[in-house]
Amino acid sequence: MIEFRSVSHRYGDRPTLQDVTLRLVERRIGVIGPNGSGKSTLARLCNGLVKPTSGTVLAEGHDTTRETAAVRRVTGFVFQDPDTQILMPTVAEDLAFSLRPLRLPAAEVARRVDAQLEAFGLVDHRDHPAHLLSGGQKQLLAIAAVLMTDPAIVLFDEPTTLLDLRNKHRVMETIVGLSQQIVVVTHDLDLLDRFDRVILIDEGRVAADGAPGETVAFYRKLILG
Amino acid sequence: MIALAGVYHPGSSALHRCPAGIKLFVLCVVGTTAMIVGSLPVLGAGIVLLAVGYAIARIEPRAIWRLSRALLVVVAIIAVIQALVSGLTAALVLAARLLLLVGAANLLTLTTPTSALIDVIERVLGPLRRFGVDPGQVGIAVALTLRFIPVIATQAARIREAQAARGVRSYRSFLLPLVISTVRMADGVGEALTVRGFQAGGARHG
Repeated sequence: MIEFRSVSHRYGDRPTLQDVTLRLVERRIGVIGPNGSGKSTLARLCNGLVKPTSGTVLAEGHDTTRETAAVRRVTGFVFQDPDTQILMPTVAEDLAFSLRPLRLPAAEVARRVDAQLEAFGLVDHRDHPAHLLSGGQKQLLAIAAVLMTDPAIVLFDEPTTLLDLRNKHRVMETIVGLSQQIVVVTHDLDLLDRFDRVILIDEGRVAADGAPGETVAFYRKLILG
Repeated sequence: MIALAGVYHPGSSALHRCPAGIKLFVLCVVGTTAMIVGSLPVLGAGIVLLAVGYAIARIEPRAIWRLSRALLVVVAIIAVIQALVSGLTAALVLAARLLLLVGAANLLTLTTPTSALIDVIERVLGPLRRFGVDPGQVGIAVALTLRFIPVIATQAARIREAQAARGVRSYRSFLLPLVISTVRMADGVGEALTVRGFQAGGARHG
C-alpha cells in the first residue's frame, strides 16, 4: 500500500506536484497524463528516489524520506530504458547482482537465478551478453532482476515506450500477471483495460481518478476536446 | 560494433576453474613485466603464451576474432604513428605491449564471472577501508565499466550514423552528443543502483 499525504514537489522554482493526497491499495494501478505533468515524479516519490518538498509518502507504512532502506526493500522500480538498468555484462550475472546486498550463499543465488530465468523464459539467454538482447528481452530481464528480491510493490516508469508491438504485448502481459502491487506510469492507454484503477495527473494535480474506462475517456476529452 | 572488452564466456577449462585472485595477480605480473621489458623476443614469447592461454580456455576463434578485430585496428594506428615518430622497433614494442596487455585482460574477463572479480577486488582492497576507500564500490565500478563499454560503443556508432545521415563529419558534433548521452546514462545507472539496494557512500540495505 502506498499513501500520499498532502504531497507537493518542486524542481527549483517549478512545481511538479501540488498537494496530492492518495491512498493506493488496489493491485494494478495505472498513472497517465501528458508529458511533464508530474506522473514520473509521482512514481519516483513512491520509492524515495525523489523526496517530497512538503507532505509525506508512505510505502507499506515506511516513510520514504526517513526510512529509505526499508522503502527500497519493499519496492522495486523498472525504468523506461532497460539499457541503464541492466548492470552486469551477462543475463545470469545481472540477476545474481540483485541478490548481492543480501549476501546469500552461492548455491542459493544460483538456485534463485535458475528459477527466475525459467520464469521469464530467459534460460536460453543465460550467459548471453545483456547488450545483445532484443529490447523486449532487455525489459523482461530488467523486470526479472527487480523481482529477485521479491518486493511487495513494483513501480514502472513507461516500461513499454521503447518496444515494438509484439514486445510491448509480451512485457505488459508479464507486468499484469505479477502477484505484487504494481503502479505503472504509461502513455499506452490501450494497455490499461485490466487495471483496477487509473489516475490522471495533469499540471501536477490529480485530474481524474477511477476505473480505467472513465479515467481514460476523461483524459482523451481533456486533451483532444 | 567495437568490442575491446570480453564478456564472461562460461566454460569448465582449467583457466575457468582457476581462482579469480590468481588470475588477477598473473595479469598484474604480466602487465608490469610488459611495461618494464622492452625486448621484442620476450614480448613475442608473451603473446605466444597468451595464445596458448586462449586455447586452454577453449574460447571460440570467432569470439577471439570479434574481440581482437577492433583491438588490431587501434594497435595498428598507434603503431604507425609511433613508427613515424620513434622508429620501427619502438613501434613494434609498443604494439606487442598493447596486444599482450589487452589480450591478457580479455582472457581474464572471458574466463572469470563478474561477481568473482568484484569479490576479489573487495578482498584485495579491504585494508584500504581505514583510508576511506569503499572496496565494494570499487569492485562494482570495475564491473560497470565492463558492462557499459559495449553500450557506449553502440551509442557512438549511432551518433556516427546520425552524422553520416546528415552529411556531417566533425569531432565536436560527435563528442558532444556522446558525452551528453554518457552522462545521462550514468545518471540512470546511478538510479538503477540505488533502487537495487546499492547506496552512495557504501551503505547497503539488505
